[in-house]
Amino acid sequence: MTSQTSRRRILRGMMGGAAVTVGLPFLECFLNSNGTALANGSPLPTRFGTWFWGLGMNKQIWVPKKVGKDYDLPQQVASFKDVKQHINMFSNYNVLLDGRPNLCHYTGWIATRAGEAPAGPGQLPNQTIDVTIEDVIGTATRFRSISLSATGNPRTSYSYRSADAINPPDASVTEFYQKIFGSEFQDPNSPDFKPDPRVMARKSVLSGVIDHTNDLKKTLGKADQARLDNYLSSIRSFENSLAIQLQKPPPAEACKVPTANEKDLPSGLDSELVRTRHNMMVDLLVMAMACNQTRIFNMGFSEGSANTTHKGVARPHHPTTHEEPKDPELGYQPTAAKFVTESMEAWAYLVAAMANFKEGDGSLLDNSLVLANSDCELAQVHSLSNMPMMTAGRAGGRLKSGYHIDGAGGPVTAVSLTVLQAMGLQATEFGKGGLKTTQPVAELLV
Amino acid sequence: MSKMKVWAAVAAAGILAVTAVAKQPAEPALAKIEPTSRLITQAQYVNTLQSIFGAGLTYPSKFAPIARVDGLVAVGAGNATITEGAFRQFEAAARSVADQVVEPRNRTFLLPCKPSVDTQPDDACAGKFLNHVGSLLFRRPIKQRELSTYVLQAHSSAERLKSFYSGLSIVLAGMLQEPEFLYLTQPSVVVNGQPQLSPYAKASRLSVLLWDSYPDEELLAAAGNGKLNTKKGLEQQVDRMLANTDRVGEGVRSFFEDMLVFENFETLVKDGTIYPAFTPKVTEDAREQVLRTIVAHVVNEDADYRDLFTTRKTFLTNDLGAIYGVAVNRPDRWVPYEFPADSPRAGILSEIGFLAVYSHPGRSSPTRRGKAIREVLLCQKVPNPPPNVDFSALENPDPSLKTARERLSAHSSNPVCAGCHKITDPIGLALENFDGSGMYRTTESGTPINTTGGLDKASFTDFRGLATALRDNPRTVTCLTERLSSYALGRSLKPDDNNWVAYAQDKFAASGYRVKGLLRAIAMSDEFYAVPKSQPTKGESETAAK
Repeated sequence: MTSQTSRRRILRGMMGGAAVTVGLPFLECFLNSNGTALANGSPLPTRFGTWFWGLGMNKQIWVPKKVGKDYDLPQQVASFKDVKQHINMFSNYNVLLDGRPNLCHYTGWIATRAGEAPAGPGQLPNQTIDVTIEDVIGTATRFRSISLSATGNPRTSYSYRSADAINPPDASVTEFYQKIFGSEFQDPNSPDFKPDPRVMARKSVLSGVIDHTNDLKKTLGKADQARLDNYLSSIRSFENSLAIQLQKPPPAEACKVPTANEKDLPSGLDSELVRTRHNMMVDLLVMAMACNQTRIFNMGFSEGSANTTHKGVARPHHPTTHEEPKDPELGYQPTAAKFVTESMEAWAYLVAAMANFKEGDGSLLDNSLVLANSDCELAQVHSLSNMPMMTAGRAGGRLKSGYHIDGAGGPVTAVSLTVLQAMGLQATEFGKGGLKTTQPVAELLV
Repeated sequence: MSKMKVWAAVAAAGILAVTAVAKQPAEPALAKIEPTSRLITQAQYVNTLQSIFGAGLTYPSKFAPIARVDGLVAVGAGNATITEGAFRQFEAAARSVADQVVEPRNRTFLLPCKPSVDTQPDDACAGKFLNHVGSLLFRRPIKQRELSTYVLQAHSSAERLKSFYSGLSIVLAGMLQEPEFLYLTQPSVVVNGQPQLSPYAKASRLSVLLWDSYPDEELLAAAGNGKLNTKKGLEQQVDRMLANTDRVGEGVRSFFEDMLVFENFETLVKDGTIYPAFTPKVTEDAREQVLRTIVAHVVNEDADYRDLFTTRKTFLTNDLGAIYGVAVNRPDRWVPYEFPADSPRAGILSEIGFLAVYSHPGRSSPTRRGKAIREVLLCQKVPNPPPNVDFSALENPDPSLKTARERLSAHSSNPVCAGCHKITDPIGLALENFDGSGMYRTTESGTPINTTGGLDKASFTDFRGLATALRDNPRTVTCLTERLSSYALGRSLKPDDNNWVAYAQDKFAASGYRVKGLLRAIAMSDEFYAVPKSQPTKGESETAAK
């Protein structure tokens, strides 16, 4: 394994992750010599992803009636038909606030991903779990992680190293393509490999930048020193990425470089357009993972207060949830519900794309775990009870899939802890205050 | 002159300055807060590189967003860190710029010399270029030790790549990744036991305030020879910089882009079935229109800030004309335009860049518009709706409710909603003659629109009345003073800053509410450059490279 991640960085990352108690992270010593499996022979949980959609769900048509395996598919999730066996659905989990405010479209997702409800408006999350996991399994690839914004908004990120360190998403399909498969991409299946002298020269100059950063640090105040430490971590990660570029990539049988799209999609939040953008990004993402470019991703399908529009509908999704009258017969807002149904279709697309991608004896999804969550349950009242969450994939055999789990009112962080454990982190607890839990969803863990 | 001698000269000049200032009425103190380094913004990056390498290169257009804190991105920049993703964007930008600088068509005029052989290192030429550019990027003279390192890197890179220019490009890109370039650091020096901002840091603060760019050579020279630490020397520089209309225009643009939350334009789209004239080009032009109106008004004409809300002067393009109902027969070109005296439009609030941004994709929103006026232009906080409000109870599907006013009246009958809606809606309803795309209308669903409204103590019957009320509202100038002060300091304002902000506002008033007057007052203020005692100091004893 080529990781140059310092142990210090890993531990500090863990500390930021809201009371995640970690025994020993995955370090080189736990891996076999080619980094494809654990030293004890069990397969490496290779990829982790998150998927976010805004504005929750309608419980009447989202929550399956049946708990456990072979759950039924209510109308809002009917699109899971062909991929249900890969998906776990979670219902009846809560965000316990301990007197903290319910910051609309915000508190809910942060609680699940960072284990703590923000204390007040504008307070950004501490470390989100994708970063905690990234620090352990994300260091051997060219990109430690990939964040994407299907709305095209470069400001929407669901990945934070700390409150002031936001991982920026790629918001354009063509730019994302260039980033992964552009001129610097090295085809793992190409018979020729020659280290690029330019990359060597860049790496050498970067060492100089690191030296200068250390010099500069000594002249600065405490707060700035901490910021430069963050900067150093970023440069070292990038240096590691260049080091990877200088080695012949291990072959990746399933990797086939996709063709570039000449023209980017227009900007806009039209529902159909957002789904097209999402699906194009997913296709590229799947290939990026198959080509060993990254093991971690964060996809933002829509925003917390999603402004997705429908042609001919005056209001976008978010205002619709507040202003559309409830249909007395259905018991919910039909237009608002349709937006959510379409979000679920996009999720099903991602799951199918990963499940249908053959890798070794199974699929890419078999060696992955994706956590999907939203900002609330019913957006109309921003409820934080019965929070909708899902996972897809089996994390290389560490997690069962195809279950509907009833959380019996427990904290959302139980699912987060399950995810951390399924990804091989020796986390024994997650979350703070009322969101602190030591109980993962045991029946799913293998 | 050695660096040490420079500092000594600077220090001596500083004492003289203090003596001279003591005779003037005392300026109130700002809160004593240790300044933090500020992460370079997109605009600062482009403005700085453009001033060094000219407008002919293509500069990056996308960096990781910086969080908005207390109303300003400039405040968030004082806390922002660089994640790996953000670093990659800086790295890609650096390489793109550096590669362009050494391209055959650019190198002849961007480099001060030619290598003796293109395919081999040339330390003398590399050193000359890197010393010059480095001092501008790091806003201080390059130390001999630093320069040697860079020249050595250029040498080995040129050997490795068998090209002087490729080697130089790699080192220039490296300089553009240095934290001292990406962060506007705030080093201080000790003079007579008192810490003060180093003259170069002072130059940087001044330049970022006025031009939103790193200092030019002349300003750095004034920092180096101690003149910047004299009141007269500072005044010379401030006046010189304020007289450069183009560069102050860039500075003013950046400030207003920040204050007016211009990231809103990044996601501004309209429903094409409802507003077919509102194309992506309109979004782009609407943004530019607001900035052109502001810069022409406050920089070129040096007019009263308050009149920005009532001025009939603006700029139009063909695409904008379609929404304003004005024929602009000059495709692909901006034309100055003055709305007629009886036009329903005047001032920046009647521009698409305000009206459409604070609307829904398919309809107007008096609440959003009213809230934006309160929060953005008056610096007041409008509470968010309580989480558990069921708005749909208020949404009467009765089609007899034709106008926004009728629909919103339902809110005012509910006490939970009324508290906030009464501080936003009476403002926004006066703008209802403009639909969600900013187009003028007199009816909604066939019903005449009633545009009566109120703002604090003022009441009015139409938009022009609102514009005048906003112009005359005392919060309007206070808000601008607060935002510009916070922007200048790169931090949130604290209660201990109040006296100083009041002092700045007095200066603003004395200038006839000229934004340039306020900028000048801040730039000439002692407190703007003051640092608290705890500020660590930078050991400076090395020789600067020649």
